[in-house]
Amino acid sequence: MHEYSLIQSLVTRVETEARARRATAVHRIVVSLGELSGVDPELFQTAYDTFRAGTLCERTPLELRRVAARWACPACGREVARGEALSCDACGLPARVAPGGDEILLETIEMEVP
Amino acid sequence: MCTTCGCGDTKVVPVDVHEKILAGNDRVARHNREHFAEQGVLALNLMGSPGAGKTALLEATAAAVRGRWRLGAVSGDLATDNDARRLEKAGIPSRAITTGQGCHLDAELVHHALHGFPWRELDVFFIENVGNLVCPAIYDLGQAANVVALSVTEGEDKPLKYPVMFKAADLVLLTKCDLLPHLDVRVEAVLDGLRRVMPRPRAIQFSARTGLGMPEWLSWLEEQRARVPSRGSTAPAHTHPPGEHVHEHRHGDGTVHAHSHDHAPGAGHEHPHDR
Repeated sequence: MHEYSLIQSLVTRVETEARARRATAVHRIVVSLGELSGVDPELFQTAYDTFRAGTLCERTPLELRRVAARWACPACGREVARGEALSCDACGLPARVAPGGDEILLETIEMEVP
Repeated sequence: MCTTCGCGDTKVVPVDVHEKILAGNDRVARHNREHFAEQGVLALNLMGSPGAGKTALLEATAAAVRGRWRLGAVSGDLATDNDARRLEKAGIPSRAITTGQGCHLDAELVHHALHGFPWRELDVFFIENVGNLVCPAIYDLGQAANVVALSVTEGEDKPLKYPVMFKAADLVLLTKCDLLPHLDVRVEAVLDGLRRVMPRPRAIQFSARTGLGMPEWLSWLEEQRARVPSRGSTAPAHTHPPGEHVHEHRHGDGTVHAHSHDHAPGAGHEHPHDR
């Protein structure tokens, strides 16, 4: 249940940004969640709905974008089929996950500014 | 802006942030990592399910390296300090980090635990995480490597069920291997699972009870120790005034805490407590 502590960081970050820009309201937050980010999107949403009360995000919808984990060879670029061993048969190198596939990113904050 | 009366119409703008939500934790983790590197301490994050044998692994390790390496540990535990007491008894100076409802350790908790703990004199510093195969995986603590203890009694499919944890692992210790004759678990199936979730699969079959795998585990530790700079040799650009550096930070419960650190001559680090 680390989703609650993540939401706490998210809301604090959004509030800091909103204050720095003297925003009067926050209209939308977009977060991307990688398949291998270790976050359950539904739990994340529930945690947000619970935690946002009384914050600047009280009425702000949270949009979640799910990013699939794609593994590929860093040398030849060959993609590893889902469920296969994470190495390249041809190059003998460990595969690398494409950006976003293992990350939790605050992408955009839509806010109302003077 | 309203041009009729200057009443200050607002506009809606999208602000692109594109920042990790864990950026704050990662900053503190970098700070911890610099401290460990500066003192030549190998810090390892030991993770695994409750009952996977993390504490037993450390007890056996202490017995195997007694008189050669100085070990120390902090143990994350929801409610007790049992693990820390077990480790103390095994000759490993330890401190409990009681997390309450917290399901994982974060960099700040580790940083806080270092205060007043004689970690600087250690060769290997173990951070025994809260028993959990999910939450601890995504928190960088400043460790040099992640070790995951997976006991054979947990079943063959654990790597595929918890890919995030095993993806983060630098080494998997397959613990309680002495029980294999009594189980239907096939080690080859576990290793096959690891190859599908770990880009650099590395596993050691281990038993704290019989000593199986202890030489391989110690040589892995040697290998990691060789990568740690020797004490005081690192000198990244210092961003503080010369001498002692003092800073304060806010804890989860809102209390502000100030403290100082000593740095090796000429060494320094980025300041993480700017939140």
